[in-house]
Amino acid sequence: MSATTPEQAGVTIEAVEGSQPVRLAPNYWPFVVPALVVVGAVIVFPWAFTLWMSVNRWTLGQSRSFAGMENYLRLASDPRFWESLWHTLTYTFLSVVAPMFFGTVAALIFDAKFPLRGLLRGVFVMPMMATPVAVALVWTMMFHPQLGVLNYLLSLIGIPAQEWIFNANTVIPSLVAVETWQWTPLVMLIVLGGLASVPREPFESAEIDGANAWQQFRYLTLPMIAPFLMIAMIIRTIDALKSFDIIYAMTQGGPGTASETINIYLYNTAFSYYDIGYGSAMAVVFFIVIVALSFILLMLRQRSQWIDQEGK
Amino acid sequence: MSSRLLNQIGLFFAALVIVSPAILFFLWMISLSLKFEIDNGAYPPILVPEHLAWSNYAKVFEENNFLLYFWNSVLVTGTATLLALLIGVPAGYGIARLKAERSAVVIMIARMTPGLSYLIPLFLLFQWIGILGTLWPQIIIHLVVTVPIVVWVMIGYFETTPMELEEAANIDGASSWQVFRLVALPIAKPGIVVAFILSIIFSWNNFVFGVVLASRETRTLPVAVYNMLSYEQVSWGPLAAAALVVTLPVLVLTLFAQRQIVAGLTAGAVKGG
Repeated sequence: MSATTPEQAGVTIEAVEGSQPVRLAPNYWPFVVPALVVVGAVIVFPWAFTLWMSVNRWTLGQSRSFAGMENYLRLASDPRFWESLWHTLTYTFLSVVAPMFFGTVAALIFDAKFPLRGLLRGVFVMPMMATPVAVALVWTMMFHPQLGVLNYLLSLIGIPAQEWIFNANTVIPSLVAVETWQWTPLVMLIVLGGLASVPREPFESAEIDGANAWQQFRYLTLPMIAPFLMIAMIIRTIDALKSFDIIYAMTQGGPGTASETINIYLYNTAFSYYDIGYGSAMAVVFFIVIVALSFILLMLRQRSQWIDQEGK
Repeated sequence: MSSRLLNQIGLFFAALVIVSPAILFFLWMISLSLKFEIDNGAYPPILVPEHLAWSNYAKVFEENNFLLYFWNSVLVTGTATLLALLIGVPAGYGIARLKAERSAVVIMIARMTPGLSYLIPLFLLFQWIGILGTLWPQIIIHLVVTVPIVVWVMIGYFETTPMELEEAANIDGASSWQVFRLVALPIAKPGIVVAFILSIIFSWNNFVFGVVLASRETRTLPVAVYNMLSYEQVSWGPLAAAALVVTLPVLVLTLFAQRQIVAGLTAGAVKGG
């Protein structure tokens, strides 16, 4: 990266050209303005509007009236909301841990050189590019208790048939399996980027000192890729909290409400019951949950001393 | 030397194991889509049937209007991506040169915001303006997906392109716009390709916006395939064929542009913290 900022560049030009009419540092704001307008229209306006709606009693097709904090208080005493919050946190925790583990293992493998590496890496990345709804439909067929291929595979190794997404006790782990299948590649790519920036020398001296492979990983690789693991974890947390397509396409929150996350409950409130005011309050609280969790993770990242290794 | 070879073979098989869920899934998807109902209901399951049911694909296009929905998807994704490039590439340039870290935070917040919270107000807005029956609501709301991707990738790209040429052009009296168009933009072509591909993929795959905003004639492919499940008699062959038709374009794009995608996602994501 160049060390010269536009301001510095401007100063240099002045120095060179002396007292002559001087060109100012280039003005970059016009480049940003169109994007700011679009962001304002498509992102900031909806937020302002959502905040306003959340303090109103408003079901589509009926008249609207000011409600103050009513929707928020209703949220606090809504058992279905607390249940959906619990589902969201369980789903998110599992959907972060599993892809983090498999993604890191995959990155360590793909960091090495072996035949057909490029092709295999390409296939490995495909799940995250596949259309989630299409993927979800095929998984639904695979999860089918009688005709599904998964129960057949289990029967081959002597495990009894499961009900997967059709049973309240197994629905969340089953959905997490799909989420893990789809998003492990993203973790792999981020960690792979981290591994590429790890210098060779410490490993050579560790080799000479007789450190085994596990010790090298634990005391050299792991600390050096820690910032990248944190980034992967933050992104995965945000995406898992917001997960919608897979859950909606496979279970719509069912059976019953066993897999209803906040996002699904929010969708049902706003677009099945058309309770716009209550749905907006839920959207606000949901956003606060996401920002709070991301912020906690970011704080953890700041505290990690290895942050400076990134050079940013 | 032979231990090195053994090591390589070991790594190859380890990679094969970790890739196998992806391989097996897509193989099974293809198998489902090419089997008649009787083979899809067979136990034990059949991977390669005696008779291939190409008619499943014909059914998808003939009975489910998929040509229209395919065209809708192309229009929505194409327009939203082109608009995003038009405003996102200059924005990425401006932010990178201004070193405006706060703008990057705005983009990050856009990523944190659940899509549904845009949907309620914009749904009402589109209703009031009276454009709900057209493709425009979907094109506009897809900008929420495409603009942040393009800006994000381009910030990362412009930060790594050298400043010296731009400074030289600047001293020679070129305006900011000329510097951007004639110096910075040509160098940034590979970055634009990455932004273009990623924007296409994530806009194409989007489901939640369409499920709320699309009417019968304005459905995109992900919504259309989901509706097949809920309203038609569920038969697995045509459903799997439809799922494959929806996702095939992005999968092909992924295989062909693997290198760019990997580079873009790695760089973009790493800056994402």
